[in-house]
Amino acid sequence: MQVGAGPLGRSVPRRDADEKLRGRAQFAGDILVPHMLHGKVLRSPHPHARIASVDTGEAEQVPGVVCVLTAADLADLDPYWGHAIRDRPVVAVDRVRFAGEPVAAVAAEDESTAAAALERVVVDYEELEVVGTIEQALAPDAPVVNEGPLRPGLFHGLGELAPAEGNVCYRYHIDRGEIEAAFAHADFVVEGEYVFPAVYQYAMETHTVVAQVDGGEITLWSSCQHPFLVRAEIAALFEVPISNVRIVVPYLGGGFGSKSYTKMEPIAVALARKAGRPVRIQNRVAESMVTTRRHGMRCRMRTAGNREGRLLGREVECWFDTGAYADNGPRVTATAGDAAPGPYRWTAYRVDAACVYTNTAPAGSYRAFGATHLQWIGELQVDELARRAGLDPLEVRRLNLCTPGEELRAGGKPLDADLIGDVERVARAVGWGSDKPAGTGRGLSVGLLAAGAHPVSSAIVRMEADGNAVVLVGTTEVGQGARTVLAQIAAEELQLPAERVTVRGADTRFTPYDRSTGASRSTTVAGLAVKRAAEQVRRQLVEIAGSEEVESDSYPELFVRHFGLAGGELIGRGEVAPEGSGSYAEGPVFWEVCVGAAEVAIDGDTGRVLVVKTATVADVGRAINPQLVERQDEGGTVQGIGNALYEEMVYEDGLLLNETLLDYRVPTFEDLPEEMHCIIVENEDGPGPYGAKGCGEGSLAAVTAAVATAIADAGVPVTRLPLTPERVWREIQHLKEEGSWPRSDVPR
Amino acid sequence: MRVELEVNGDRVVREIESHELLLDFLRDGLGLTGAKRSCDMQACGVCTVLVDGRPVSSCCFLAADADGRSVLTIEGLAERPEFERLEDAFTRHAALQCGFCTPGMLLTVAALLETGELTSTDEVKRGLAGNLCRCTGYRGILEAVCELARVTA
Repeated sequence: MQVGAGPLGRSVPRRDADEKLRGRAQFAGDILVPHMLHGKVLRSPHPHARIASVDTGEAEQVPGVVCVLTAADLADLDPYWGHAIRDRPVVAVDRVRFAGEPVAAVAAEDESTAAAALERVVVDYEELEVVGTIEQALAPDAPVVNEGPLRPGLFHGLGELAPAEGNVCYRYHIDRGEIEAAFAHADFVVEGEYVFPAVYQYAMETHTVVAQVDGGEITLWSSCQHPFLVRAEIAALFEVPISNVRIVVPYLGGGFGSKSYTKMEPIAVALARKAGRPVRIQNRVAESMVTTRRHGMRCRMRTAGNREGRLLGREVECWFDTGAYADNGPRVTATAGDAAPGPYRWTAYRVDAACVYTNTAPAGSYRAFGATHLQWIGELQVDELARRAGLDPLEVRRLNLCTPGEELRAGGKPLDADLIGDVERVARAVGWGSDKPAGTGRGLSVGLLAAGAHPVSSAIVRMEADGNAVVLVGTTEVGQGARTVLAQIAAEELQLPAERVTVRGADTRFTPYDRSTGASRSTTVAGLAVKRAAEQVRRQLVEIAGSEEVESDSYPELFVRHFGLAGGELIGRGEVAPEGSGSYAEGPVFWEVCVGAAEVAIDGDTGRVLVVKTATVADVGRAINPQLVERQDEGGTVQGIGNALYEEMVYEDGLLLNETLLDYRVPTFEDLPEEMHCIIVENEDGPGPYGAKGCGEGSLAAVTAAVATAIADAGVPVTRLPLTPERVWREIQHLKEEGSWPRSDVPR
Repeated sequence: MRVELEVNGDRVVREIESHELLLDFLRDGLGLTGAKRSCDMQACGVCTVLVDGRPVSSCCFLAADADGRSVLTIEGLAERPEFERLEDAFTRHAALQCGFCTPGMLLTVAALLETGELTSTDEVKRGLAGNLCRCTGYRGILEAVCELARVTA
């Protein structure tokens, strides 16, 4: 890819490196607001119970306690929130639906006083039958977790919500072609039932909010990814105009979806409203684990193919455990439904996906949702069909993958990536086709993720009289490098070095609207808004100078010429809005490529899986900052290893058993593969600035799936994740009894 | 109770509660917010500070136990001459993303470089295994630290 004279395409240093390395970067928990109190939340110990009474009298008497909040304090409001379904009370009203649900909250002068006072709140619970699993939720006589009619939230974006059927709150269905006919022509059919666990995103910074309520004005300093969506929800909930709510987002200590949409903000505002003083609520890890998580899922899938290696049909049924409240469950379910067929040229496919309430903590977004849930399953079945046909899995993918411009979903955006080229690259990187010792497996995986969310973003670029520029944009810096990349884009247009452009944090009072930071959208959507805003400023400079050739050294002079003093300001505004009807049916903004390969070595005596090599493709259209692209893919790769091998929230009867980082294992330095290849592909085929499209999520789905297909390639059957040493060891014991370990019939 | 200790080279004398954690003492008492809180049980490393030159998890270390000792936080490390090398390597390798684990990571690295334990890539991985990073996938950090320790990544 050609790199010009400007900062575009260069690995310029992160603009936030200095602040972060020196410990000066401010996170929500580092912010002190004058007269600030500390809030702690009393959480239900029961997964499902009626609240007979709450007695706060004793807690209120603890010295240093300012107030105790219960549902009774919200009688003047409709105290339910939820961007998809408005089903979640600020604090439990009469009933708790998951262990960890807020029942009351204390505001006190310091955190330990608040914690001590929580123990004096007396709650009388009457326990109810627990709906702990998807199976229990779907049983004909199951208790109904949420009885009321489904009320759509402000941002459900999924068309008309159908009424709930028992515990199913949302269904997504795709039916394409004659499915029975496709299976009737099959030489082979692979089918199975699969389980994907609930997973904790573990943003190292837990959810943290400081709330201040001053008359009709609400101010929040929050660790949130989507400040503009939170602002609207808070305004609706507390019945104030949107412009009366201000959300300031400092640096986020990781997000990965866990800080998308509204989380702890409503209870913090309610507590601050009652206390009459600002309140900080900072979750502990065990609390963040019950604030949001990745959906556990069960899936039944069958795939039909023929002797020539053609894929014919696929049928998928899957159920997503969204916990007690919907959070982003409907969107996760729909995105998973879109990912389920995989990017292949089918005769027919059918997908039935359902989002199910249970008495567990609410599940929402986690990086690459939907694709991570289903890609490993679909790809295992593609590999098995290849094996039965006696063909190379790479060849079967070449034969069946869609090519650029082909339609993927009826009415949706056609494929905008070269998937065959991508999978060939990763295959080569892990030595596909070369000899491998017993116990070693290699796997490929290919998928797509509907990315970009809803394309609404705006940006303002202000150039000051010294010729430096500031970008005002609502994108949040979660660690992905948005402030650096957006500065590069503006600098490119303004013909400035990147270090002369500054991007600060989101503050809804000053930064213009940006829908959200997630779905790999910031470079693509917000980046285009920034580019357009910067172009406007550059046009003004060119007009003042009367020359297209004007260089940045002369910018200060132009201000003097134009304004008659060494002052004034040039302002540009850029906007991205949905084109055409703006319907989701025409989406997605782009298809994020999820292509990966892995080599694993399995220890037959212990069941331990070592990921030796990984390769991923960052098919980004145009890499604005190649180093940051690689770092995104690497981060996703290691999370993918965690999702494939280690991570699982273990529930028993609705209770989370592993609620600490000692019991919930995330990858460490020692899990880094020996070889980790990130291949950047730049075909300038994205809808973003300079042909860019997003990245950062695809590698997670791709690597989770590639590790699974690699383990299957070594001969170990895979039907549930994570593939812990115990699970792998048990499978190997069966194989040894059958005399089929180590596998010797592996083709290639 | 009264403690007297050195923090980033300055003498500090304070009245504290006997159960006060070093992390809270640093963050709330002294306003040194570079040390972060996450797991609360010595699993993640974001609260790492150096006590007498050795890394400790300040979330599980009593402020009282720092009495008479020398504590170094990221704010202090950043003022030392050797910090420039660390900063340069971490910046060039983009060995940080959200930055939440970064202060603890750098203090651990500084301590291990001082003792000369980082003699191979495996030693680097083992030495830093107590510092989690959820963003970077560790690769950039590994490259930066291997360069600082002069071992081949």
